Amino acid sequence: MSIEAMQNEKDPVYVTDALIAEDIDAYLLKHQHKTMLRFITCGSVDDGKSTLIGRLLYDTKMIFEDQLASLEHDSKAVGTQGGEIDFALLVDGLAAEREQGITIDVAYRFFATEKRKFIVADTPGHEQYTRNMVTGASTADLAVILIDARQGVLTQTRRHSYLVNLLGIRNIVLAVNKMDLVGYSQERFYEIVKDYAHFAKQIGMESFLPIPISGLRGDNMVSKSPEMPWYQGPSLLQHLEEAPVNDSRMLDKPFRMPVQWVNRPNLDFRGFAGQIGAGVVKPGDAIRVLPSGKTTTVKSIVTYDGDLEQAVAGQSVTLTFADEIDCSRGDVITQADAPCEVADQFEATLVWMEEAEMLPGRPYLLKIGTQMVTATVTEPKYEVNVNTLEHLASRTLGLNAIGVVNISTDRPIPFEAYAENPDLGGFILIDRMTNATVAAGMIHFALRRSQNIHWQALEVDREAHAALKNQKPSVVWFTGLSGSGKSTIANLVEKKLHALGKHTFLLDGDNVRHGLNRDLGFTDADRVENIRRVGEVAKLMTDAGLIVLTAFISPFRSERRMVRDLMAPGEFVEVFVNTPLEVAEARDVKGLYKKARAGQLKNFTGIDSPYEAPESAEITVSTVDLTAEDAAEQIVQQILAR
Amino acid sequence: MTPSPAAAPKLSKNTLTHLQRLEAESIHIMREVVANAENPVMLYSVGKDSACMLHLAKKAFYPAPPPFPLLHVDTTWKFRAMYDLRDKAAADAGMDLLVYHNPEAMEQGINPFDHGGLHTDMWKTEGLKQALTKYNFDVAFGGARRDEEKSRAKERVFSFRSANHRWDPKSQRPELWKLYNTRKAKGESIRVFPISNWTELDIWQYIHLEGIEIVPLYFSEKRPVVERNGLLIMVDDERFRLEEGEVPEMKSIRFRTLGCYPLTGAVESEAKTLPEVIQEMLLTTTSERQGRAIDHDQAASMEKKKQEGYF
Repeated sequence: MSIEAMQNEKDPVYVTDALIAEDIDAYLLKHQHKTMLRFITCGSVDDGKSTLIGRLLYDTKMIFEDQLASLEHDSKAVGTQGGEIDFALLVDGLAAEREQGITIDVAYRFFATEKRKFIVADTPGHEQYTRNMVTGASTADLAVILIDARQGVLTQTRRHSYLVNLLGIRNIVLAVNKMDLVGYSQERFYEIVKDYAHFAKQIGMESFLPIPISGLRGDNMVSKSPEMPWYQGPSLLQHLEEAPVNDSRMLDKPFRMPVQWVNRPNLDFRGFAGQIGAGVVKPGDAIRVLPSGKTTTVKSIVTYDGDLEQAVAGQSVTLTFADEIDCSRGDVITQADAPCEVADQFEATLVWMEEAEMLPGRPYLLKIGTQMVTATVTEPKYEVNVNTLEHLASRTLGLNAIGVVNISTDRPIPFEAYAENPDLGGFILIDRMTNATVAAGMIHFALRRSQNIHWQALEVDREAHAALKNQKPSVVWFTGLSGSGKSTIANLVEKKLHALGKHTFLLDGDNVRHGLNRDLGFTDADRVENIRRVGEVAKLMTDAGLIVLTAFISPFRSERRMVRDLMAPGEFVEVFVNTPLEVAEARDVKGLYKKARAGQLKNFTGIDSPYEAPESAEITVSTVDLTAEDAAEQIVQQILAR
Repeated sequence: MTPSPAAAPKLSKNTLTHLQRLEAESIHIMREVVANAENPVMLYSVGKDSACMLHLAKKAFYPAPPPFPLLHVDTTWKFRAMYDLRDKAAADAGMDLLVYHNPEAMEQGINPFDHGGLHTDMWKTEGLKQALTKYNFDVAFGGARRDEEKSRAKERVFSFRSANHRWDPKSQRPELWKLYNTRKAKGESIRVFPISNWTELDIWQYIHLEGIEIVPLYFSEKRPVVERNGLLIMVDDERFRLEEGEVPEMKSIRFRTLGCYPLTGAVESEAKTLPEVIQEMLLTTTSERQGRAIDHDQAASMEKKKQEGYF
């Protein structure tokens, strides 16, 4: 449809406030009291999402003449509407995407009416981009789910609805679009609403508001459509102007503020800066700092505009306390008599956002509120098929997969269930090596196990074991390619240490796989679990006072790091047996490289599975320059010198 | 289950206005940076967006001054009024001001009259990269907004740049809730845009409400101009090269955006006060970037510039 045609529509476009021209001061005064709503639009490629957004921008006078001119120009050059105005171009941004003809990201659009400013997260309807929809939905107060009236509730509709519900959006509009193409049929509209209500109940959606519209014709967009007198509800824009925002939902909850930054400009001032996540705070309020549990009262609420008498959810403020108690970034300031929970094990839903699949047992960084901790994830309890809502068994999660997992953190963190408070229940996982954001998560609840499993206090402790053996326990971790000489050298090192009267034990990769790790294969996930188990066994052995030698390819830095983190500082000695691939392959003691090259052996390190060399191993030996005997001697000297 | 009608909005003194919400968000972003960065800096271009950003920084860290310096990557071709306000604003905020000039551009006398696109490339794009490298800044605040231009609608708040300052639109991190992943490898840097979600109108309303000082060029006055390629260009100093037959005319003009004076188009206007400027903006029908000569090159010009390291 051309712009001229839009301009000639019979429906009145949004009327700009006459005050702008008549009395700008009065206008400005009035507009200081506008509120803001963030919403997301979800729909498939053909549901008319771009047209709907284009219409909202146009009707609220957000498209300028020069933008229209460039839109018309672009429509002719790269449009998909045969030279007609292509609204997709208005909401698509990046050149690469434009050429491919698909939106591959989240774009933010802005418009305003006399009552509200709106931020629209425009996310693609394309099947594989769950990640983008979840990103857009995470900050939305409301979701508009588009349905083509001719098509009714489709698989995509279900997927979009599941996701917005998962992200906890309470305010959902079911926009039944293209009503003009079904003759503005009331019957068709209610048929779709009934179908959808059935599905909404299945996924636990509390309520939704159905609106019959035509984005193209403007029916029920800004004002009520004369074509559908049977529809009694608000127009889309009316509803957007009136729907409640999240901040007001958080107002009635107990006070919560994650501490972002401690402000100490001089010795006389110590303030705790943060954005209030829930509730209201006033000077004199009793507060509790978590996880420490220390209590005090609020002395003042400091801002650039003067001290405040109260501050509410959504505001960024700086608090000072009546007493000097410990409080730093990552802590959560809570209402003293209604603190949130503190735990280190949770059940959560994860949305995986990265090409590299989730590796159960691998430590990831977890950011929640203003806190960053290390966390490991179990195998999924189940994966959710977002199209059918079926629960599937799965050992991992791939890109765009959603599953329920248990998570354990390296220390207790203050949190709330995501459904109660997204600020303290939503988290992201970060890969420690690539620094990529790999997942979004939502906490369901803490696992009581964390309070119920206590460490058995041992009478004969690790120091006692070590003292009896008159040695310092340690783990000497050999890593290197297959055929690099790890096992040979580790054997020699053990013989030498044994001869010196040291109590040692050698854990060898092949041997462990015959017993303890018999159930594991060679996928990335299994390799991680293999190393995790070996690490735990090695740790128990150091508790027994032994010097443990291990010979595993252990190709990933993350897992070697994980084992290092298990041990006391200084007890982990990484030995990099640095043999180049050509040399190891030329040796091919076990004939494995030949098999791998012939394609008979999958996931072989160095061939079709990566080896990540250590960046700062305690000891590096080169088997090209040294004999195994000399390398072993060198290592023994270094171990004894530690 | 039956569909429910919309709940009526609860408007009370506890409901934040749109400007309060935007302000709180920007402050939150700035504090996240300061809590995580090793050596942050705020890019300051003296325009209205920079003025807002600086004001927000003062609020974010009060009573401390903002714990980072201001950096102006200068081209030597800004309006004179901009240099005046720049020095005053930095002093008022109690912040260090670093001014950087690309030495090669200086040496070669790069200017907007002889060198076209090279002027922006060398002074701004290259100059910015050089300055960030020279001072070893790992995070730089910028005043870009998503509503300015199409390719910016998808720009993240935290935008990652490789060690050679390039931006890869395909490898940006998803931003969920307000959980910004600030991790980076050695040599990588981050551009952070704390006013991403503000629109031009928001900026103007905020300046009005907060009484933020801006360059007088935003207000109409009689100024000497010539018309070139459909743009009204102000003759701000004696370096301006008049073409044959060109005579500067005095016209009532003002600027909607500010940059290098020979490249920045003015609009004819009678708006002498902030409310009048806002009034004009609300009744106007062209977007603000139209006044900038550099955007007209091609459809995705801004995106190309961004990939090369321009803001």
